[in-house]
Amino acid sequence: MTSDVKHLIAGRAVQELRPGEIVNLGIGIPNLVPGLLGDDASVFLHTENGLLGVGPRPGEDELDPDLIDAAKQPVTALAGAAYFDSAQSFAMIRGGHVDVAVLGALQVSIAGDIANWAVPGKDVLGVGGAMDLVVGARRVIVTMTATSSSGEPKVVAECTYPLTARGAADVVITELSVFRLRDGALVLTELLGDATVEQVLAATGAPFDIDLEDRRAA
Amino acid sequence: MTVARGPVEPEEAVSAIRSGDTVMVGGFGLVGAPLTLIDALVETSDADELTIVSNNIGEPGRGLGKLLREGRIKRGISSYFTSNPEAVAAVNSGDMEATLVPQGTFAEAIRAAGAGIAGFLTPVGAGTLLAEGKEEHVVGGVPHVLERPIHADVALVYAARGDELGNLWYRHTARNFNPLMATAARVTIAEVGEIVPIGGLDPESIHTPHLYVDQLVWPR
Repeated sequence: MTSDVKHLIAGRAVQELRPGEIVNLGIGIPNLVPGLLGDDASVFLHTENGLLGVGPRPGEDELDPDLIDAAKQPVTALAGAAYFDSAQSFAMIRGGHVDVAVLGALQVSIAGDIANWAVPGKDVLGVGGAMDLVVGARRVIVTMTATSSSGEPKVVAECTYPLTARGAADVVITELSVFRLRDGALVLTELLGDATVEQVLAATGAPFDIDLEDRRAA
Repeated sequence: MTVARGPVEPEEAVSAIRSGDTVMVGGFGLVGAPLTLIDALVETSDADELTIVSNNIGEPGRGLGKLLREGRIKRGISSYFTSNPEAVAAVNSGDMEATLVPQGTFAEAIRAAGAGIAGFLTPVGAGTLLAEGKEEHVVGGVPHVLERPIHADVALVYAARGDELGNLWYRHTARNFNPLMATAARVTIAEVGEIVPIGGLDPESIHTPHLYVDQLVWPR
């Protein structure tokens, strides 16, 4: 996966965010979002380890050993930030107070089921806040490449990897397209870049409805 | 106990930990982890067969990763073992049992233990691998998992500042699980960056009131 592809996906995710929203970012492609928000961004970033109001990465002279994000990387805190304990952080998430979660996934089913925490038989020992976020955030935006590194479609009829939650994805953004969950099923609503419907069909492991919104010019 | 003892040497404090105990350890990764207490437990205590309740099992050779290398952790209860590859290896080789819990459920189960709550229903994890063996209840048409509180014999926490009574104040994201764990164990030992006289903390800013804290320890 090239950096261009990741930036394309992250940049499209940024367009989903509205001013004033509380946004939680997962690891991977979502981590590119802060750098693409622009200077006048008016969303508030929440990190599960206890901070609302996450700022940019610190310079060397600003490093604070007590100030990290969920990826355990150093961050800064913006004016107006708030710190809280982990139970309160997840009360915010589970209680529906976080507007948007942007996260990566291994598979998303056509019914919006998400698998993003484990590969069977290989890695079932780290879940972190993934399940809480997909269940609790009011909108869940999945950012991922259309296919895996071995070329397998990641949008599938049924997830074969361990589930994170059922019916949890609201928007799925790949380098080819945008899908939205409507009436319990993913619908192709937008093509990205030069992608065609045929390319999306070839990269998707399940049938889907198409209802293209005319926004490619935008 | 209502008033913390100490401050005492970390070695004396961790002598409260017995083989077979369940020990909670604060921190998200190493941030907010009571590293002086962990070192004392590793170097001066011979307690083994421990159940460790901590969001992570340290990092390779750091924090709880040291205790892991000594083979003294029988079981880990965590949301993310993966941050220490040696912990993953210990589980895969059968040297350590693992109980994986979604992070919000992990936090709430510790909070529940301290608050006298016998269980709670959460939609998180329903229908997944992590709900196996747990009761499911449908509430309002939505499947929920019955989660039980997580108690411990001893909690090891880190606070940036505390007073001589044991009131604690945490700093930035080093707060994380520490104030929850301070409530959920029979004995709570707090490693404190700076200990101030009684009255030296603003009562409005105390995160953990002293009735939860049994023992104070200086960091090294």
